[in-house]
Amino acid sequence: MSRSFLGWPAFPEAAAREVGNRQLRENVRRATHTIRGKRAVLAAERPDWEQLRDSAAAIKDRVLAGLEGYLLQVEEKVTAAGGTVHWARDAAEANRIVTDLVRATGEREIVKVKSMLTEEIGLDAALEAAGINARETDLAATIVQLGDDLPSHVVVPALHRNRSEIRDIFAREMGRHGRPAPEGLTDDPAELAEAARLHLREKFLGAKVAVSGANFVVAETGTLVVVESEGNGRMCLTLADTLISVVGIEKTVPRWQDLEVLLQLLARNATGERMAPYTSTWTGTVDGDGPRDFHLVLVDNGRTRALADPVGRQALRCIRCGACMNTCPVYERTGGHAYGSVYPGPIGAILNPLLRGLDDPQTASLPYASTLCGACNEVCPVRIRFTDVLLDLRAQVADGGRHPVERVALNTVGAAMQRPLLWKAAVKGAGLLGPLLPARTPVPGWTDNRALPDVPGESFRTWWKRNEGERA
Amino acid sequence: MPPNAPRSRTALFVTCLNDTLFPGTGRAAVTLLRRLGVEVDFPPGQSCCGQMHFNTGYRRETARLARHFVDTFGGYEEIVVPSASCAGMPAESYPLAAVGDPGLAREVAELAPRTYELTEYLTDRLGVEDVGAHFPHRVTYHPTCHSLRATRLGDRPHRLLRAVDGIDYVELPAAEECCGFGGTFSVKNPAVSGAMNGDKARHVLETGASVLAAVDNSCLMNIGGRLTKDGHPVRTLHLVEILARTAQDGPLPGLPVVEAAR
Repeated sequence: MSRSFLGWPAFPEAAAREVGNRQLRENVRRATHTIRGKRAVLAAERPDWEQLRDSAAAIKDRVLAGLEGYLLQVEEKVTAAGGTVHWARDAAEANRIVTDLVRATGEREIVKVKSMLTEEIGLDAALEAAGINARETDLAATIVQLGDDLPSHVVVPALHRNRSEIRDIFAREMGRHGRPAPEGLTDDPAELAEAARLHLREKFLGAKVAVSGANFVVAETGTLVVVESEGNGRMCLTLADTLISVVGIEKTVPRWQDLEVLLQLLARNATGERMAPYTSTWTGTVDGDGPRDFHLVLVDNGRTRALADPVGRQALRCIRCGACMNTCPVYERTGGHAYGSVYPGPIGAILNPLLRGLDDPQTASLPYASTLCGACNEVCPVRIRFTDVLLDLRAQVADGGRHPVERVALNTVGAAMQRPLLWKAAVKGAGLLGPLLPARTPVPGWTDNRALPDVPGESFRTWWKRNEGERA
Repeated sequence: MPPNAPRSRTALFVTCLNDTLFPGTGRAAVTLLRRLGVEVDFPPGQSCCGQMHFNTGYRRETARLARHFVDTFGGYEEIVVPSASCAGMPAESYPLAAVGDPGLAREVAELAPRTYELTEYLTDRLGVEDVGAHFPHRVTYHPTCHSLRATRLGDRPHRLLRAVDGIDYVELPAAEECCGFGGTFSVKNPAVSGAMNGDKARHVLETGASVLAAVDNSCLMNIGGRLTKDGHPVRTLHLVEILARTAQDGPLPGLPVVEAAR
C-alpha cells in the first residue's frame, strides 16, 4: 500500500500538524542549513554567477516560447535513434502507457531511477494496482518507499528523516522487500549506506525493466540526461533490457551546449557540489550496449495549463534544484508534506496551483503559504520571481471569490482610506476606542502567541494638527 | 504657514500603521528631519499605501489606493517613509496594480523614484551617517525582509546605528531570516508564523539587548508581541526613534544604561 497526497488538507492545517513535530523541525532545519551553506560558498566562488542565472533563464524561456517545435524535434530524433515516443495528457494516461509497456515485457519486478514526475503522477501505486512491484533505487527514495512515506524534498526526498529513523526503517522493512538489513545494524552512515547497497544490488542485477525520469531532454539529438549522486540511476539505465523514461514536457532544452549552463547551476544549487558525481546521458538504443528497447513518455499533466498563465509560466523554468526550499523559512518549519504535493516549498506553492488549478481548497491555500520574504527569488538558478507569481495567484484566488468576508473587509477599509475625512474619523475613532478596549483583545490566530500593542490615545495626525496647526 | 507660502518640498508619508499604533515613530521622524534641516510637511489626506490589499490579492483596490497616493503626494519633490515595506510599494507593486491603467502607471513611474525609505533618505539624499544621536543602551537590529529585498537598504541602517553616540550595538544571530509576520500570513498561517517568530525572539534574547530596532513597525509589532507575551522586557523601537534622541534627551527612561562601547 503506497501513501499518496490525495485528499490532503489545506496548507494551514497540514502545516500546523508538522510544526508541532519537534524532531521533524530539527531534521529539516539541520539538513537545509547544511545544503544552504555549501551552496552559498560555491555560488560566491563563481564571478559569473549572475550571468549564469541570466543564461539559464533565457534558455528555459526560449524553450517555453517554442515548446511545440522542440517537442516535435525530440520525437523525431528519439524515433530516429531507435526509441519510441508516447504522449500523455495527464497522470492517468501516463500511468496507463507505462503499465502497458511493462506488461508487454511480462515482468513483475522492475527498478526505478528517482524521478519527481513519477511521484507526481503516482506511478508506483498505479503499477502496484496492476500487480507490478516497482522498487526505488535512489537511497533517499528507497528510504521513503520502505517507510511507506511521502517525499519531503525534490532533491533529498527523505530529508525529514534522521539517521536513527532510517536505521529503524531499514531493519524493519528491508527483509519484506528482498535482502534484509544486516543483523545489529547501527545508525552509522557508512553502515546504512552498505545495507542499502547490498539490498539494492539484488534489484539491479535481477531487473529486466527500468523506469526513469530525466533532468533534461536535448532536442537537437533526442538525448536524455539524468544527474545523480550515487550511481544507482546509471545502474538502472545500463543494466535493464527495457528502459521507460517518463518526462515532463518542460524538461526540453534546445542544444547540448545549453547543458554547459544548466549542469553547472544544478549541481551547485542542488547539493552544494561543483559537479554532480554522476551525469548519465542516453540516446535511443545501440546494438549490444544498454537497453534494447527504449520508450520516452512525454507528459503534460497540467504543464500546458501553466504555460497559458502569463505570469506563472516562469515556474516551468524550474530545474528542480531545491534551492528555494532549502532557503525558505516556511519550509524550514514545516518540511515538505505540509504542501500536499511532491513539489514543496516556494516552487510547490506556485507550481501546484499552476498545474492543477485553483479550484480546490488545498491548491488555493498554497499561494498564501509564504511571508513573501523573497529569499527564494535570490537563490533561484533560473530566476523565477516567486513573489510575483505568488501575488498573481493570490489575485486569482481573490478574484475567484474564495474569501468573501475578507474581500468585504478589505474593500470597506480601502474605501475609507481613499476618503480623507472618513479615514481621519476612523483613525481618530481607533485612538478614542483604543484605551477603552479590554487590554489584549484576542485576534483569532494572532494572539495565540503574541500580545497586541496598546492603542495610543493620540494618533500621529492628531499630534501633528495639535502642534503644526498652531504653528501654521 | 501662510496660505500663499510655497509648498514645502518634502512630504512625510507616515503610513497607516504608524499613524494609528506607532505615532512616536512619526514624531521622531519629524524631529530628526527638522534637526537635519529638512522642511517636512504632513499631507493630511494621506492614508495607506495598499500593501495589505496588494499582498492579499486585491489588485483593483490597490490600484485605487495607488491613485489616492499619487493624488496626495504628486505635488511633492520628495516623499519620505519610515517603513521599508511601504516605501517599496510605489516602485515594486504599484506598476503591477496599475496594469491596464496607463495614466496611473505613468504617474506612478514618475513618483516612485522620489519616494525614499527614511534611512536611505538620510544616507543617500542627505549624505549623513552620524545624525547627532545619543542612545546609551544595548541595541540589536532586525533587517526586515522588505528592507533587504524590496528597498535594498543594505548596511545603511547599520552605519547609522554604529554612528550613534553611546550605543552598544550587537549583531542579531540569523538576522536575515524572516520573523514570520508577512501581513495576513500571520493570520492565515498562525502555526508556522508563530514558530518563525519564536525563533526570532529567541535570537533577540541571545544578544542580551534591551532594545530591538528595525525599520518596519509591522515586524517589530510581531516580534515585540511575542517577547511581551513571554514576559521579556525587551523594548522594540523603530530605528528613527533611536536616531532622533540626543544627549540632551538623556537615556531612555526604563532602560538599562550601558557604558559607551564604541
